[in-house]
Amino acid sequence: MHMKRMKEGEEGSDGSPSKSPPEACKKVRKMSKELEAVAATESPDGNWARLPQELLLHIFQYLPLLDRAYASQVCRGWNQAFHMPELWRCFEFELNQPASSYLKATHPDLIKQIIKRHSNHLQYVSFKVDSSMESAEAACDILSQLVNCSLKTLGLISTARPSFMEVPKSHFISALTVVFVNSKSLSSLKIDDTPVDDPSLKVLVANNSDTLKLLKMSSCPHVSPAGILCVADQCHGLRELALNYHLLSDELLLALSSEKHVHLEHLRIDVVSENPGQHFHTIKKSSWDAMVRHSPKFNLVMYFFLYEDEFGPFFNEEIPVTHLYFGRSVSKEVLGRVGLHCPRLVELVVCANGLRPLDEELIRIAKHCTQLSAIGLGECEVSCSAFVEFVKMCGRRLSQLSIMEEVLIPDHQYSLDEIHWEVSKHLGRVWFPDMMPTW
Amino acid sequence: MVVNSVHWFRKCLRLHDNPALQEALNGADTVRCVYILDPWFAGAANVGINRWRFLLEALEDLDNSLKKLNSRLFVVRGQPTEVFPRLFKEWNVTRLTFEYDPEPYGKERDGAIIKMAQEFGVEAVIRNSHTLYNLDRIIEMNNNSPPLTFKRFQTIVSRLELPRRPLPPITRQQMDKCHTQIGENHDLLYSIPSLEELGFRTEDLSPAVWRGGESEALDRLNKHLDKKVWVANLEHPRVNTCSLYASPTGLSPYLRFGCLSCRVLYYNLRELYMKLRKRCSPPLSLFGQLLWREFFYTAATNNPNFDRMEGNPICVQIPWDQNPEALAKWAEGRTGFPWIDAIMTQLRQEGWIHHLARHAVACFLTRGDLWISWESGMKVFEELLLDADWSVNAGSWMWLSCSAFFQQFFHCYCPVGFGRRTDPSGDYIRRYIPILKDYPNRYIYEPWNAPESLQKAANCVVGVDYPKPMINHAEGSRLNIERMKQVYQQLSHYRGLSLLASVPTIQEEAEPPMTDESQTSSGPDSPPRDAADGEAAGCSVAPDSSTVCSFSVPPPDLEDRPPCTSSLPRLPSPRSKPSSPSSTSSPSPSPASVAQRRKGIARKARRSQRQRGRPSCPPAARGEEMGEERMEEEEQLEEKMEEEEKMEEEEEATGQQQ
Repeated sequence: MHMKRMKEGEEGSDGSPSKSPPEACKKVRKMSKELEAVAATESPDGNWARLPQELLLHIFQYLPLLDRAYASQVCRGWNQAFHMPELWRCFEFELNQPASSYLKATHPDLIKQIIKRHSNHLQYVSFKVDSSMESAEAACDILSQLVNCSLKTLGLISTARPSFMEVPKSHFISALTVVFVNSKSLSSLKIDDTPVDDPSLKVLVANNSDTLKLLKMSSCPHVSPAGILCVADQCHGLRELALNYHLLSDELLLALSSEKHVHLEHLRIDVVSENPGQHFHTIKKSSWDAMVRHSPKFNLVMYFFLYEDEFGPFFNEEIPVTHLYFGRSVSKEVLGRVGLHCPRLVELVVCANGLRPLDEELIRIAKHCTQLSAIGLGECEVSCSAFVEFVKMCGRRLSQLSIMEEVLIPDHQYSLDEIHWEVSKHLGRVWFPDMMPTW
Repeated sequence: MVVNSVHWFRKCLRLHDNPALQEALNGADTVRCVYILDPWFAGAANVGINRWRFLLEALEDLDNSLKKLNSRLFVVRGQPTEVFPRLFKEWNVTRLTFEYDPEPYGKERDGAIIKMAQEFGVEAVIRNSHTLYNLDRIIEMNNNSPPLTFKRFQTIVSRLELPRRPLPPITRQQMDKCHTQIGENHDLLYSIPSLEELGFRTEDLSPAVWRGGESEALDRLNKHLDKKVWVANLEHPRVNTCSLYASPTGLSPYLRFGCLSCRVLYYNLRELYMKLRKRCSPPLSLFGQLLWREFFYTAATNNPNFDRMEGNPICVQIPWDQNPEALAKWAEGRTGFPWIDAIMTQLRQEGWIHHLARHAVACFLTRGDLWISWESGMKVFEELLLDADWSVNAGSWMWLSCSAFFQQFFHCYCPVGFGRRTDPSGDYIRRYIPILKDYPNRYIYEPWNAPESLQKAANCVVGVDYPKPMINHAEGSRLNIERMKQVYQQLSHYRGLSLLASVPTIQEEAEPPMTDESQTSSGPDSPPRDAADGEAAGCSVAPDSSTVCSFSVPPPDLEDRPPCTSSLPRLPSPRSKPSSPSSTSSPSPSPASVAQRRKGIARKARRSQRQRGRPSCPPAARGEEMGEERMEEEEQLEEKMEEEEKMEEEEEATGQQQ
């Protein structure tokens, strides 16, 4: 049902602006009424070409690009409307090689036309590239031609493998700096998994420091802690930041909590182990405290992809983390520390744990993490009665409770068939464990 | 009038519980049992040698059983559309019988054959026997669309009358009444082909682990039930090392080829349960595997594109990679992860793997590690897996790759840890990848981490004798979880930080339809925000969210919004409940009121049941809370028990009518 409509949505995605259902519907309804009015006053073969430009623009905004292109072939007036700057402020370039992707690509002729006629209109641009280096290079080629435009948002999105990492670094950097230098008013930049480096960040800062609000650069191996510190020092409007743990430093946190700086809203940290047994630095509690004092409502999202023995430096002191994701196996002991030191925790996802039940750990988390409203458990074990106790303690604030069926170990108190009822009772809504097909 | 019947064997290769076959015999003067097979296409089709062998053995067994009834199986070479006109004339056929095939391809083929039969004046008799329920009925009860969550499916099923009771096997007596002369040249014309005739090389073929045929199936059924009694754990057997190996009590390939009737299994389980649990009505979980099969059959029956992403309305469009090299490594068990490779080796050699093993390799190929389309994996399973039903195979792959059915995607099976949890001893690995047999337990799931000296001592150096891992799992799963999040956030228009909230739930399936007012006033419904981390994709914007619910704290909106964007809605705002940190808790009814309502409904249901004398809920009850209905189950249980007998009598009656 929804899925079906989703699919239809996908089909219409020729890089057209998008969708905000109810309002859009209303507007369309309103529009069509106006249209009817226009049609009614005209003779049956009424002159559509006389439709006011604003009205036409309004209609065109709701059409997918392809339909707009068809409409532009109707008459001169509509053709002119097709090229109105308002319709070209945002564009999503989809760069896919037919051999390696299931998705459609933006037609090369269209790309040429946009660069020729509309590049100065572009403000909100994203590139979606598949896993081939060719696609990423094509994206860089387009970027380097955007010389006379002033972008507000730019997103480089790898839909499968991080293909920008395969583009020669110099090529990528020169393309990106073209945008940095020309734009002067970038506010949002998403460049995860790219070879961006410190010098190019300096160019970014030199040209856009007043406007930059969002920077996502998880897994950018060529950036150093000093590089990101420079951004934090200069861009006082920065409100959202995503990066890897190796870029995180006490200095960075202090810079972000300086008086000149606006409140930070989101900080996302990926903690990734490059090779087993890697040693990780620690962040001082005082630095986190400074952050919380400066931005009391900020969200700290941490994704951990570590081996079990690498958790030593983490969760030994209080940390203001709100969203915790453990992508690999994490020990009981670490989860026990989470229960003690994460008072702001809102969401917890544990993909895997050892073979011993997590009973006490969960109950401790329920007791100390009073904000917790979402939890997901994968390859773990919890006894049914401990789980019920956990749910009872958290109660209705648990709005997301995603537990694999195998996680729950029946005990003397509850069988698997009984537990859904017991948990539903405490949640005040119907709940079932997540199931996988037996096949 | 003379009645010359032909029974066409396809999916139900058995003499027991075969209603269409019974119809063929009913009042007939002659009966011929045919199986149609095109040897020309056998080699070309995407079906591996183990599956062909299983099929041929099943046919062999059928022929043997028919011999005992003084009849034979006619294996006719060719395509059904070419074969039937010839047979109709040659045998002067007046009646054609076969079981109902609910799969789209089968429905189309059967439609053509039924039309052809009409043209020849042949009566076509079709009976449902491959599934427990009438799938169209389930769809009808779900407002004319197939249920897309298993829970919803179970809710519907729990309201249906019990499946029709199985029919007894056909007897010599029945067969004698329509005795058909078997020609001298029968073996010349209608023999069961050999694997060689189908173009397979058999020199190196190892003996079959799974022997095809109805006799074997019934044998296994008995052992299966004995084991259940012995284990005394009917519902949820826990997985251990042994579960991974082919078991002499396994039934799935037999259900797939119809060597065993799903209804026979159903009623045997049911009766066993009631015997052991003192006539307590069994929970649905007892029939887990049978119901999953039914669930996917229902989802697929009206969807010819069920086995692909493109054009499949229930499938989320995910930008999978195409990487033939990586796919081949996976399919041939050369990934460098012993757990994955052992499973794929077992699959290739024996044709069956445990369902948890299926989860492991399916997750690895798709959303977990390689980011390759589930369609590729499905095709490999189709070739190798004995029990690969078209619907179940495609459905399970969509499920495991989180491409449909509203799955949480946060959890990726670890190709090292998951194996170790399941079989700490590593014996499973040693059996299927003997080159690793001298590795100690500590390293057998991750040989690349063993010290070089140990690798040498174990006579297996990673990178020389056994491949290095083809991917860094931590890195791969990190990337893929982001990709999935991207896809799902786009779908749900959810723009928060929570991972768990980005999968939309289909509220229609779990809760009563909400009115527009309730929707706009109920806080946490996610506003139809734009795609993904919309920031960069700035093109997508909700220009005005005043008509929708407001967050207690407005969600971060860091992007500059273009002033004039938005297009037609691509997706109606799914009424998902994000656990975004800024959202307030949902205004759900107080526990007391829930309980009250629950009881009220249960009472009502009880009344209506008594009036009708069976526990199925009429359409009138459909508007009520679906989810809560489910919770009434316990309360309804006693009533069900009271009514059990009455119901069963009724079952019998309706069964006979069918």
